[in-house]
Amino acid sequence: MAGEWLALFRDPNAQWILFGCMLLGLGSGVIGSFAYLRKQSLMGDALAHAALPGVCIAFMLSGSKSILLFLIGAAAAGVVATFGIGFITRHTRIKQDAALAIVLSVFFGIGIVLLTRIQHSGAGNQSGLDKFLFGQAASMVRSDVILMAVISAVLIAVCALLFKEFKLLSFDPGFARGLGYPVAFLEQLIMLLIVIAVVVGIQAVGVVLMAALLITPAVSARYWTEKLGVMVVLSGVIGALSGLVGTYVSASGNNLPTGPLTVLASTVLFVVSVVFAPRRGLLSKVLLRAAARNELRREKEFLLAERRERREEAV
Amino acid sequence: MSTFWIILTGALVASACGIVGCFLVLRRMALVGDAISHSVLPGIVIAFLISGSRDSLAMMLGAAAIGLVTVFLIQWFHQSGVQSDASIGVVFTALFAVGVVLVSLYTRHIDLDLDCVLYGEIAYVPWNTIELAGIDIGPKAVWGVGIALALILALLFLFYKQFKICSFDPAMAAAVGIPVALFHYLLMGLVSVTTVASFESVGAILVVGMLVVPPATAYLLTEKLGRMIAYSVAIGCASSVLGYGLASLLDASIAGCMIAVAGGLFLVALLFSPSHGVIFRKLRQKRMIRHRTAS
Repeated sequence: MAGEWLALFRDPNAQWILFGCMLLGLGSGVIGSFAYLRKQSLMGDALAHAALPGVCIAFMLSGSKSILLFLIGAAAAGVVATFGIGFITRHTRIKQDAALAIVLSVFFGIGIVLLTRIQHSGAGNQSGLDKFLFGQAASMVRSDVILMAVISAVLIAVCALLFKEFKLLSFDPGFARGLGYPVAFLEQLIMLLIVIAVVVGIQAVGVVLMAALLITPAVSARYWTEKLGVMVVLSGVIGALSGLVGTYVSASGNNLPTGPLTVLASTVLFVVSVVFAPRRGLLSKVLLRAAARNELRREKEFLLAERRERREEAV
Repeated sequence: MSTFWIILTGALVASACGIVGCFLVLRRMALVGDAISHSVLPGIVIAFLISGSRDSLAMMLGAAAIGLVTVFLIQWFHQSGVQSDASIGVVFTALFAVGVVLVSLYTRHIDLDLDCVLYGEIAYVPWNTIELAGIDIGPKAVWGVGIALALILALLFLFYKQFKICSFDPAMAAAVGIPVALFHYLLMGLVSVTTVASFESVGAILVVGMLVVPPATAYLLTEKLGRMIAYSVAIGCASSVLGYGLASLLDASIAGCMIAVAGGLFLVALLFSPSHGVIFRKLRQKRMIRHRTAS
């Protein structure tokens, strides 16, 4: 059994995919914790859907299935989508959740129109587009994985360099503006990083599940700590671990898709956090409540005993 | 004839979603529709595996049950301290992942198409008819969505006031003795029934779009709930008719075109709405500044 395990890791292609998925989980976990604190968790979901028209337009214009062009198209569509969401929430009374849902569905609708146009016009084999959208890490070739790893590494590096600025921005943007930080620029930068993480992740885990890689590790990490630094690291580790487990189970023979397995792995970690985390977890809450009840009972008994004693003395 | 059935299905979906969606937009829960439409996948697959058929009723029950579970889990995580949007994200992605894994484990060679669940294919609606006593009584989808719409209308007719107070001021609703939690789950139940009834035939994306885009457009045009619902239904129906036209013009996905048209109408309202549109507001601001400086 152990031999088979190791054999899997010795296959160079599997190694690359494993490495790529871990880096992806790490990167999206790190940027996801900032998104979570800024109450923009579902931005990832909206941007992942919004990437579809970008990818289609890139394909229509170039006619080739180059991953790099797809990434550029998706990123451009993502940036347009963030501007759209920002415009709607700033200029009307529509709230952020509705703005997200509008941009998500309209962009995805337009994307489907373009996709069906491509399919009906029969411009070559478009199956690459499907793969790109629904994600299949096992079908990635080495150059894709290298691209993914490099981008994830850059993402993590930017977060590490601008940690102090992002921290202030997540907790108190007003104060950050008062100190003279370029708040609008930094906000747009965080958005851009989310767009990049989403775009890179789509081909590994698919449109719908990319959101989970941004949200679930961050929420799980939040259960364990009150410190941003610890949370970001923990979230990255949880993301990387889910990438590892997901890719491993997917590669170990039964040919299940990588994306859902990665998401399930991170969900399991989330459930573990919900139950076992210190202070915020269910178990510790139950224990705390039981302890408080015991304390109360002891106090009550003590008071009763005291009163009885006093009454006996009076008699 | 098939054109008629497709447009009718689109209009029914748009009306059902348009009504329920108004309450979602007002209660800032627009993304719950998105969550439910994705998370019902495992319910459908499990119902399919248990019943062994693509019988709509079993699937619909399974999906509606999972829809309520989704809502319950979202609420529960939110109450235990997770931000509401994050709890939506965690719950629906986890359930969707379970669904995808189940599909690839058990139903690989059976006709349960993932792409079809996601984008749906409204063009196939007219061919999937049901027969009653040997007579063809029209497409299954029309009946499914029609029944959902009738249910929504009946409940709305009975409890309009309660739904209204609950969406604008839940604290006051609780104070005057309306069971807020009950109406919350009733509304969510309606969302999940609507989603489930619609998306098998028209796809998740059309449902999500119709739940949010027409109500948000109507929200920009009026201040009254009754009118907002009426506008939202009208806008939804208009986008389904125009969307069908656009689709046959472009030879592209019908559901996608319907959403694209709805998005176009939203953009028009965003820019030109007399009360909340960007352009008129800018003009009003300018006039006010001129007025101030003149006086």
